[in-house]
Amino acid sequence: MSVLGVEGEERDDLNRAESAQIRARSLRLLGSLIRPMRARLVLSIIVVVISTISQVAGPAIIAYGIDTGLPALIGSDWMPVAFAGLAYLLAGVTGALLIAWFTVLSAQISQAILFDLRRRVFLHTQRLSLEFHESYTSGRIISRQTSDLDAIRELLDSGINQLVQGVLYMLFTAVALFLLDVESGFILLASLVPLAALTRWFQVRSQTMFRRTRVASARLIVTFVETMTGIRAVKAFRTEKRNEAEFGGLVEEYRATNARVIKLFGIYDPGLVLIGNVAVAVVLLVGGFRVVDGGLEIGVLLAAVLYTRRFFDPMEDMAMFYNGYQSATAALEKISGVLEEQPSVADPEHPVDLWESRGAVAFDGVEFGYVEGRPILPHFDLDIPAGQTIALVGSTGAGKSTLAKLVSRFYDPTVGRVTLDGIDLRQLHPKDLRRAIVMVTQEAYLFSGTVADNIAIGKPDATREEIEAAARAVGADTFIRGLPNGYETDVNKRGGRVSAGQRQLISFARAFLADPAVLILDEATASLDIPSERLVQDALQTLLADRTAIIIAHRLSTVSIADRVLVMEHGRIVEDGTPEDLIAGTGRFAQLHASWRESLV
Amino acid sequence: MDVRKQEMAETATPATGTVAVLLRLRPFARQALPRIGVAMVVSLVASLVALAIPQVLQWMVDGPFASGDAGQVWLGAGIVLGLGVFEAVLIGARRALVLTPGTHVEARMRNGLYAQLEDLPVSFHDRWPSGQLLSRAVSDLNLIRRWLSFGLVLLVVNVLTLIGGVIILITLNWVLGLIFAAAAVPVIAYSFSFERRYSDVARRSQDQAGDLATSVEESVHGIRVLKAFGRGRYALKRFESQAERLRGTEIEKAKAIAGIWLYLTLIPDIAFGVCLVVGVWLASTGQTSVGALVAFFATGTVLLFPIWSLGYFLAMTLDAKTATLRFFEVMDSENTITDPAHPVTVVDGRGRLSFEDVHFRYQDAPAAFPDLLDGVDLVVEPGETMALVGLTGSGKSTLTALTSRLYDVTGGSVRVDGVDVRDFTRDDLRSRVAMAFEEATLFSRSVRENVLLGRPDASEADLREALDIAQAGFVDDLPEGLDTKVGEEGMSLSGGQRQRLALARAIAAKPSVLVLDDPLSALDVDTEALVEAALRRVLARTTALIVAHRPSTVALADRVALLQDGRVTAVGTHAELLATNEHYRFVISSFDADERSAALNAEEVSS
Ligand SMILES: Nc1ncnc2c1ncn2[C@@H]1O[C@H](COP(=O)(O)OP(=O)(O)OP(=O)(O)O)[C@@H](O)[C@H]1O
Ligand SMILES: Nc1ncnc2c1ncn2[C@@H]1O[C@H](COP(=O)(O)OP(=O)(O)OP(=O)(O)O)[C@@H](O)[C@H]1O
Ligand SMILES: [Mg+2]
Ligand SMILES: [Mg+2]
Repeated sequence: MSVLGVEGEERDDLNRAESAQIRARSLRLLGSLIRPMRARLVLSIIVVVISTISQVAGPAIIAYGIDTGLPALIGSDWMPVAFAGLAYLLAGVTGALLIAWFTVLSAQISQAILFDLRRRVFLHTQRLSLEFHESYTSGRIISRQTSDLDAIRELLDSGINQLVQGVLYMLFTAVALFLLDVESGFILLASLVPLAALTRWFQVRSQTMFRRTRVASARLIVTFVETMTGIRAVKAFRTEKRNEAEFGGLVEEYRATNARVIKLFGIYDPGLVLIGNVAVAVVLLVGGFRVVDGGLEIGVLLAAVLYTRRFFDPMEDMAMFYNGYQSATAALEKISGVLEEQPSVADPEHPVDLWESRGAVAFDGVEFGYVEGRPILPHFDLDIPAGQTIALVGSTGAGKSTLAKLVSRFYDPTVGRVTLDGIDLRQLHPKDLRRAIVMVTQEAYLFSGTVADNIAIGKPDATREEIEAAARAVGADTFIRGLPNGYETDVNKRGGRVSAGQRQLISFARAFLADPAVLILDEATASLDIPSERLVQDALQTLLADRTAIIIAHRLSTVSIADRVLVMEHGRIVEDGTPEDLIAGTGRFAQLHASWRESLV
Repeated sequence: MDVRKQEMAETATPATGTVAVLLRLRPFARQALPRIGVAMVVSLVASLVALAIPQVLQWMVDGPFASGDAGQVWLGAGIVLGLGVFEAVLIGARRALVLTPGTHVEARMRNGLYAQLEDLPVSFHDRWPSGQLLSRAVSDLNLIRRWLSFGLVLLVVNVLTLIGGVIILITLNWVLGLIFAAAAVPVIAYSFSFERRYSDVARRSQDQAGDLATSVEESVHGIRVLKAFGRGRYALKRFESQAERLRGTEIEKAKAIAGIWLYLTLIPDIAFGVCLVVGVWLASTGQTSVGALVAFFATGTVLLFPIWSLGYFLAMTLDAKTATLRFFEVMDSENTITDPAHPVTVVDGRGRLSFEDVHFRYQDAPAAFPDLLDGVDLVVEPGETMALVGLTGSGKSTLTALTSRLYDVTGGSVRVDGVDVRDFTRDDLRSRVAMAFEEATLFSRSVRENVLLGRPDASEADLREALDIAQAGFVDDLPEGLDTKVGEEGMSLSGGQRQRLALARAIAAKPSVLVLDDPLSALDVDTEALVEAALRRVLARTTALIVAHRPSTVALADRVALLQDGRVTAVGTHAELLATNEHYRFVISSFDADERSAALNAEEVSS
């Protein structure tokens, strides 16, 4: 087992090497996110330093006001008091303004980082192949993009401030203590040993726990998303109670892991306070004896004790920061796993351009299977000349969609190559590939948004006229105009606002608008009524006149517009010929066609 | 989009005052509340202990050190140590008290939300983008938990500390104390405007985060379309512009926080500056002692941190408030499809399905539009198979959805065995009526679980029978047979395979009424014939309503109903309708008039 990519994402029994490997990966990601922010980060640190200094100046000014101003005022000299008052105001205003500025600056930084990360994950998931998505599920990706990002955001929101201020403060305090009294300084230094041990303990334990919370929250989201997506089936088959039990289990798992992390922190945080307070007591005790022996001034001891205490003041903030950091890196581990996944259908490194495609498709010695050892398409060759309209028929599960998916490069063949105009699809520039080859998939998926938006996916810069023309061409215009807001009607999630047939018409208009050299229609008319299907077929007659087309259909009416028919059985092309020849023959197609004719009236 | 937003706003409760909204969390937080109260007390004590340590130091300076008594040094250090340990214990106790109960509150709310969402009707889900639901269930509840177990406690403790501190200041010197207290007035005034401004942005940011989640979900569910058209970049651009908007909102939020922080640092500082001048003047005229002045500033400095942190906790509280509002928008949504108060049940029903003057319109249909179903009358007798035929968009699927109350009629009634479907409990009704949707809607579970969704306790034989009828023998060739996971939404199966599993699922539920929405559209002619032959066995004993687009599917049925302009305009056998009904011929026949007469003639000749 490895932990490359998303593999082993849900394991929590990682060994040291694996754990270090994914941690390093997430730190690399963090580094690459922060790098472009360097300049701003430095600026914000400077702002914090100055504002901290102006805050620290406050007590000194008060001291000055009392020590110098008071005697002067008794001598009727207002100057020093007024000066102190103004200085105090000035320091206050500066500090306040800088803090406000810093707040905005740090939000800008953290939002830029989040934006960058969101964008990267989005782009990468789009690049990943279907194979990945089938097993990874949308819920997980959503959880990467939502709850994992929330964890990172929590760190960024408060983290930088706490970290910078805390570190500076502790550093200054420690230096001051050493300057003041070396022995006390060493006591402070000694207290760092248990502190480090405690932190290490927290680090090790919380790392595993935080990983578990990420897994638990992803599981929760997966189930949630699936229930909401399939809500009709959930209701119709009365699975509500069962789902509630299952979801309840996941909620509890998430809660319990979360509670455990929080408990860890609940030990860590007071543990730090304890170490700090013990250190204060020890400094006091040791110093006290030295005072009694006359080896130390009382004032110095007092200051040493105060400094020691102050040193631990930001500890709580630092602990919070560390806690957030651990949580964020666990989230980053998962995200970096997704980003590390290599698309199995990769974009070419040296893409070949194809400005004008003729649309000649060929399979050279192709073999394909979704899983190793289970070939779906055994070895075959196929040549589809430019401009030919192919009808691909065969029983369900024969591999028709699979063949189509190879042409549109949803998958790459296991052996052999698929070419367009003689260029291997693997080498073709993705832009040219997608412009040349378009497939209307068996599932007509619509995005929420208007009808016009959905059609425009075929050609994002299309004008309204073009969109309407495409809709008219496939016979969708009438029903679209009948919708409450016509082309501006929101089709709701997954196009739930329109009927199944209407969804198919819209998908079809989309492909029509895209105007590709090679058009693949996978059961694009299966849910249409017969009159609409006929309209679509008329549209196809003109549309397909000068382009290559692969039409997959169980209703053999399409065959009438095809130049050539391929019959598939169990992944093999068993018949290949013109419709007339095949129908006249005695083969599989002749029989299919006869039974189809019979089913008509 | 705007319509939806408006709708969401309308379902919002009238109570929008921060306290009123947050008080609504009580039922969920009830068990945690006493512990939260105790935690507040504990933290107050912890602050007191922290304040006591300097007092001990003061005592040691004046006592043991001055007297040079070594034993007293032990004692003093011991007390400091004791207090220190005590402080750590109190801090630990505070965490232990609230944190676990906080997670329970969160879990309870999450389960409640999930149950409510499952209960709400399909029309609710039509309207609500999925990401909005998800962001409520995850991010918002997380926020509420953190506020309950952290923000609330510290907000209260800090406010109390502040009040106590100001009282001490006033007792130290009333003039200076009042000057300092007066500073609270502009701060409080500002925080009101902050509340309004920040709530607004916080709400917007939560909504936008939900929209972003929706986009992510759609970009993954629709990945095949995006890939087929090579629109990954295009989708990215849209996503980016949404993310950009969210970023803008977040920065606006940060600016609001920066604003209140500016006030919270600036105003106390100004007050301090004034106090310094006035205080020194007072001291110079002998109206106050230098000691009191020192004590005043020492105490005042201690109060600065609670003042600053108010901004943080206030923002957190407002975040929690808008999150609570969003949560209750779903919880308050009225469920229009509920179980009746006095459910009726039928023993031994044979499954007579009837539609009586059924009217239906979708919620968003403009008033000017006629009802989508405009008086449907149809009876399917027990054991009968009725095909439902009509043009695309004529309302066939809508009509089928009424039978199991995925939607409720807006007029008339749907009856099963003579009982209005609204008089059954939903559970009872849905165990009588099983559906196969036009889209398969499989879940990423095993084949077995998918098929037995409606009857998890069915026997292996029943499962096999259902698979046989649906001609789903292919499952045995899958890598792990019946236990193969079918991938998200069944996407690792072919279209026809998915459809047959959905069909098997409806059959396996053994309903008395079977409702199949275009169940054979993805099958080839041969498989279709096999399924039909097998289905006839089931259909002989089951009432069925089958939506059909092809004559081959119609062939399954005893009679056919034609849906036209929202009504069933004709019922009869296929042959009857074909002979008598012009519209029916138009809908179902692949031939135009000449071809048909030719075909009919041919038939006549041959018979
Ligand atoms: N993503 C996938 N992962 C694994 N196996 C798959 C996947 N998609 C399809 N298969 C399998 O490959 C075989 C061929 O499927 P394909 O979708 O190509 O069939 P088809 O000819 O299009 O059938 P239909 O007419 O039902 O759509 C089927 O046995 C199916 O189970
Ligand atoms: N959720 C919805 N909200 C509003 N309108 C809807 C909704 N679902 C469907 N419609 C509209 O109601 C009409 C009927 O839709 P329905 O899905 O019942 O048609 P159908 O007869 O099943 O068509 P098809 O044969 O294409 O499946 C359509 O015009 C559609 O646009
Ligand atoms: Mg297919
Ligand atoms: Mg329909």
